[in-house]
Amino acid sequence: MTGLTLKDIRKSYGAVDVIHGINLDIKQGEFVVFVGPSGCGKSTLLRMIAGLEEITGGDMFIDGERVNDVPPSKRGIAMVFQSYALYPHMTVYDNMAFGMRIAKESKEEIDRRVRAAADILQLTKYLDRLPKALSGGQRQRVAIGRAICRDPKVFLFDEPLSNLDAALRVATRIEIARLNEQMADTTMIYVTHDQVEAMTLADRIVVLSAGHIEQVGPPLELYERPANLFVARFIGSPAMNVIPATITATGPQTTVKLAGGKSVTLDIATNASENGKTASFGVRPEDLQTASGEDFLFEGTVAIVEALGEVTLLYIEGLVEKEPIIAKIPGILPVHRGEKVRFTADKTKLHLFDDGGKSYRA
Amino acid sequence: MQQLVFAVGTMVAGVLGCAAYFWGTSFLLDLIFPSKGRSGVEASRNLRITNAIRPWLFLAPALFALTIYLIYPVVMSVWFSVHDRAGENFVGASNYVWMLNDGEFRQSIFNNFLWLLVVPALATFFGLVIAALTDRIWWGNIAKTLIFMPMAISFVGAAVIWKFIYDYRAEGTEQIGLLNAIVVAFGGDPQAWITLPFWNNFFLMAILVWIQTGFAMVILSAALRGIPEETVEAAVIDGANGWQIFFKIMVPQIWGTIAVVWTTITILVLKVFDIVLAMTNGQWQSQVLANLMFDWMFRGGGDFGRGAAIAVVIMVLVIPIMVWNIRNAAKEMKGH
Repeated sequence: MTGLTLKDIRKSYGAVDVIHGINLDIKQGEFVVFVGPSGCGKSTLLRMIAGLEEITGGDMFIDGERVNDVPPSKRGIAMVFQSYALYPHMTVYDNMAFGMRIAKESKEEIDRRVRAAADILQLTKYLDRLPKALSGGQRQRVAIGRAICRDPKVFLFDEPLSNLDAALRVATRIEIARLNEQMADTTMIYVTHDQVEAMTLADRIVVLSAGHIEQVGPPLELYERPANLFVARFIGSPAMNVIPATITATGPQTTVKLAGGKSVTLDIATNASENGKTASFGVRPEDLQTASGEDFLFEGTVAIVEALGEVTLLYIEGLVEKEPIIAKIPGILPVHRGEKVRFTADKTKLHLFDDGGKSYRA
Repeated sequence: MQQLVFAVGTMVAGVLGCAAYFWGTSFLLDLIFPSKGRSGVEASRNLRITNAIRPWLFLAPALFALTIYLIYPVVMSVWFSVHDRAGENFVGASNYVWMLNDGEFRQSIFNNFLWLLVVPALATFFGLVIAALTDRIWWGNIAKTLIFMPMAISFVGAAVIWKFIYDYRAEGTEQIGLLNAIVVAFGGDPQAWITLPFWNNFFLMAILVWIQTGFAMVILSAALRGIPEETVEAAVIDGANGWQIFFKIMVPQIWGTIAVVWTTITILVLKVFDIVLAMTNGQWQSQVLANLMFDWMFRGGGDFGRGAAIAVVIMVLVIPIMVWNIRNAAKEMKGH
């Protein structure tokens, strides 16, 4: 059973296309996170699902029913906004009851659902307060409670944690994860630009860029097997190091010559036709290890050392123009500025992308 | 041409005079209590003194003007109101007693209350509705400009314009008044609108509503735009229709601004004078307090005592609304 299906969904404002044909199947009960840089269209897509933005082209189905022209309140969705969007003149109780009152539910039913939601979110004490008398975290919980009261099939979150401070963000994130477990049948779609939220909450992540889907998959799959350079650079922090390379040998294993001269052989199969082409060699900062012997990946001069205690970040200059290569080494490292350091990495953790940015790993 | 030169000259002299005053007094103060180049203790003492004095120096011209043009007239009005027509002999409360027994005064009080009920309510209501509607249409700004325009017309000017609308010519001759032209076109009999007792009040009120709707619209339009868009979207998702969103989500959020607009117009209405003076001069039972005061004070021999007593009554009526209005406005500002 599908919770939500997007078929070739498009959005344009006049002549400007912002969403270029999105195809996506979301199962009932799934927690899907849309991530992407600012302006990639993730919020627009969410608002189209909510019905707050008109769909220019394509079809959208919720629970098998085409909802393109169904008003937001009839789609079986509920939305939590970044700015909470609480009605400032209503108490917490009234905020949560508003939708049901509009729908002319009975007083008893309203009361039951509001109290149930307040109970889940520990808001019972605050039911008589106005939003301005609540803290940011409490306000966001009220917003979530208001959404729960709608008993939605699809729960939409638009960057719900962005307005909270760091500590509250973690607490609320865990609360949302718990909520997701409690409401196992409810599909949840969550928009964020914070990849920690994406990695920790999602069953599947949808990486968007410039109105396209770059890759869809479980968080760790995106991390381990990024389909292209964009996803590779977007998921993971600090971003994956990318070094220009030239393919010098193909076959079940591929050998590339890195900028800087060193040759590396990867366990990635390529066709003979790829030989001689330029490619991008990628390795995550946390997959790099310092090497002492002759068997190393590359060597560079340390420009900056950031010792954080649990990890040490080394910024290596001289290998790639403009950007430094970053290495994230666990623990404390006795390395100083200006030293030459050699690095190596596990063969299975190397990535290779063609000149169009597509991964060679099938 | 000469007038123009004088006007510009006055303006330049005024601005330069102000600048010279502020700069000059400030300079003098620093000269008397220098803080530069002095030892630490003396410098800090002088700095403290100049900091205490300087605000009062800068406030002085405003305080002076306020005293001359506001406080002194209030005191004198109260003083006049307990004296006879020439302001020579103390007569106690007799002016007030006369007032209470005067039919025209009662008529004015009644009419003022009518104005008070109708004009702020209608102007605020129209302003709110127009503000909400014009926000949604592409020619909204053009409509707003047109509706705001009457604000730029003086009350007397507006009264003259509306005189043409209510104009009456003898039956049989061609009606040049807009209202009568319409009435005749629909087969009715032309009326001398502003001479119809009781109803003429409403014809006069229409003018002020016409002027003040623009004011209400501009302020409320800004307030409506200040409403977070998300609260409206949340209401859309909650299933509210246009009416419900407007009355249950938007209006409650700008309630403070509505109150400020309402009371501001109320204060203006209590002082209404020019329109009545220009349209009827209080004839045909359309008298209002301000015009009555003007009548007694400067016409018919000039009874300063009675005129001042009426002025005091107007002031007493305005003050509570004023206080409430200022409090509301202050609260609004704190809220943002």
